[in-house]
Amino acid sequence: MINDPQKPVIEVKHLTCGYGETVVLQDVSLAVRAREVLFVIGGSGCGKSTLLRCLIGLLKPFHGDIAYFGQSFTAADAGQRRNILKTFGVLYQNNALWSSMTLAENISLPLEEHTSLSRGDRAEIVALKLTEVGLAGMEELYPSELSGGMQKRAALARALALDPAIVFFDEPSEGLDPIISREMDQLILQVRENFGTTMIIVSHQLSSIFRLADRVIMLNPETKGIIAEGAPAALAATSTDPRVRDFLNQSNDLPKRPSESSARSSNFIQHENQT
Amino acid sequence: MSQSHRLPKVSTGDKTATAQLQAAAPGGECLVKIGGDWRLNKPVPSWAKVLGKQTAVNVRVVPEELGNWDTSLVLFLVHCRAWCAESKSNFHAETLPANLQTLLGQVSVNGAAKLATQAAAMSAGELASLAATKWALHVKQIVAFLGECTLGFMGEAKNPRRFRWLDSLVEMQQCWASSLPMVSLVSFLVGVILAFQSAVQLQQFGAAIYVADLVGLSVVRELGPMMAAFIVAGGTGARFAAQLGNMKVDEEIDALETLGISSVNFLALPRLLAVTVMLPILALYANVLGILGGMFVSATMLNIPASAYWIETQNRVSLPDVLSGLFKCLFFGLAVGLAGCLRGMKCERSAAGVGTATSSAVVTGIMLIVLADALFAVIYNILRI
Repeated sequence: MINDPQKPVIEVKHLTCGYGETVVLQDVSLAVRAREVLFVIGGSGCGKSTLLRCLIGLLKPFHGDIAYFGQSFTAADAGQRRNILKTFGVLYQNNALWSSMTLAENISLPLEEHTSLSRGDRAEIVALKLTEVGLAGMEELYPSELSGGMQKRAALARALALDPAIVFFDEPSEGLDPIISREMDQLILQVRENFGTTMIIVSHQLSSIFRLADRVIMLNPETKGIIAEGAPAALAATSTDPRVRDFLNQSNDLPKRPSESSARSSNFIQHENQT
Repeated sequence: MSQSHRLPKVSTGDKTATAQLQAAAPGGECLVKIGGDWRLNKPVPSWAKVLGKQTAVNVRVVPEELGNWDTSLVLFLVHCRAWCAESKSNFHAETLPANLQTLLGQVSVNGAAKLATQAAAMSAGELASLAATKWALHVKQIVAFLGECTLGFMGEAKNPRRFRWLDSLVEMQQCWASSLPMVSLVSFLVGVILAFQSAVQLQQFGAAIYVADLVGLSVVRELGPMMAAFIVAGGTGARFAAQLGNMKVDEEIDALETLGISSVNFLALPRLLAVTVMLPILALYANVLGILGGMFVSATMLNIPASAYWIETQNRVSLPDVLSGLFKCLFFGLAVGLAGCLRGMKCERSAAGVGTATSSAVVTGIMLIVLADALFAVIYNILRI
């Protein structure tokens, strides 16, 4: 079912979701093609994370349907749901590595759960995955013994454990310095290159968006839906919507520094220069 | 006539904040001149004092040698404006610096006061119904969680090799090791206290030997299991809630769910099993220590030899007595485990949430233990055990 390149790997139809009584996203439709790197962008509170939680099945939508490889996820029974869950990996914002387990145990748990591989085979896959993300030989370390960047890599290794067709990323460069963030981006590209993985990335890191994205969709809290869709460079250059242009051209439109004379009374925290 | 409110100068580089009110003819405009440096951490004029006994007139605020200022000035102006709104006068502040006017514009005329009145407006009836809804929700949660655990357990029973036996063993070990010192101390002292209190009464009738009966029966049937359960609820139950709560906050439970691994089967069941197995063992140990406590008091204060005390205990305390106490412990253990795991897994995603979940786990655990104990008292009475 993964091999048909024409069919969208994920199809979202008229999705409405939210929390309790609050509707966060209204009537959102979206299709993700195979091998695509799709960024979900937008300001804080626009529903990026809510969309992600719906897509990975942590939040039940109010209406609408989400289908993976043509099979409905929303209406799936327990067995079908389990099969669909196997097709994607998730890299969480907080990494969500199981803190009471070593890296090896973290990566081998999905294999234990969904495959009938022997213990030896599992250990080899763990070593392979850790090498792939640049953490070779760290099998026996606990997540708390790693730096933030290394935890992120370990979490990626776990997300890739079952060689999923799709990987979801929730703010992958959150809390990383620019250099490590760039390394993370390279790792993501490399994974796509090697495995042809489809990637859905929730982020507002502009540099990553322009480096990685084939396509972006932009959400907006007022319309509760998608306000723009397309390649990031094209959107930044040609979009007529000021919200889209503002977001994608952030570096150019910072407000000018106030001049010295007006700064004197406008500063709230002021220097002790008055006598 | 001019009224001014000047405050003693504080020795800093700042000028003292001033607000001067110039009263005008009735119906006219009074001028409030603000000057100096307005700082939150320095004394500044208050609107009420500046106003004094002035009655309703239109107010125009103008800056006069106004130096540095911060939120204290904004607050002063907000008070001034609120007073104007209340007394239906006009408030003019056009000559103030533009940024100060912007800040004033951001504060609604009486925005802050509204919240306080809203909070106070809840009546006793509303509070009661809110509390009732909360309790109903708790009960529903516990019942639903018990159901989930039962279903999970049935699933695991079909395929026992998948069960996390090792996790369960580790939890048993933790539960035993962390509870043992407290259980030892508390149950020994409970035995001592019981013997001590009853001896005073029983000695009057020359029936001091019956201390053994009293201590033996009450410890074995009630207090041993109860004390062990309370200590496990405070230690192990709280630990479950904190562990699972933290896992929830860090999205670790989400990570399990998106892998198709049931968090109930993976996290809750091994812990439930551990505490349900360990509690009867701890209670048996507590029974022994309680009886030893009684024996210690009898031997040292009542001059009853330990052998006589032991024989008296053996004669009175039967195996059904011991078993009835231990049987209850299975349910106490289940209650502690359920409360701990449920509160942890329903924890709010914040640091404060973990704290609330932990204390709530202990409270819920103890409450369930006492409820179960009351229920067993009735059942045993009917069955004449």
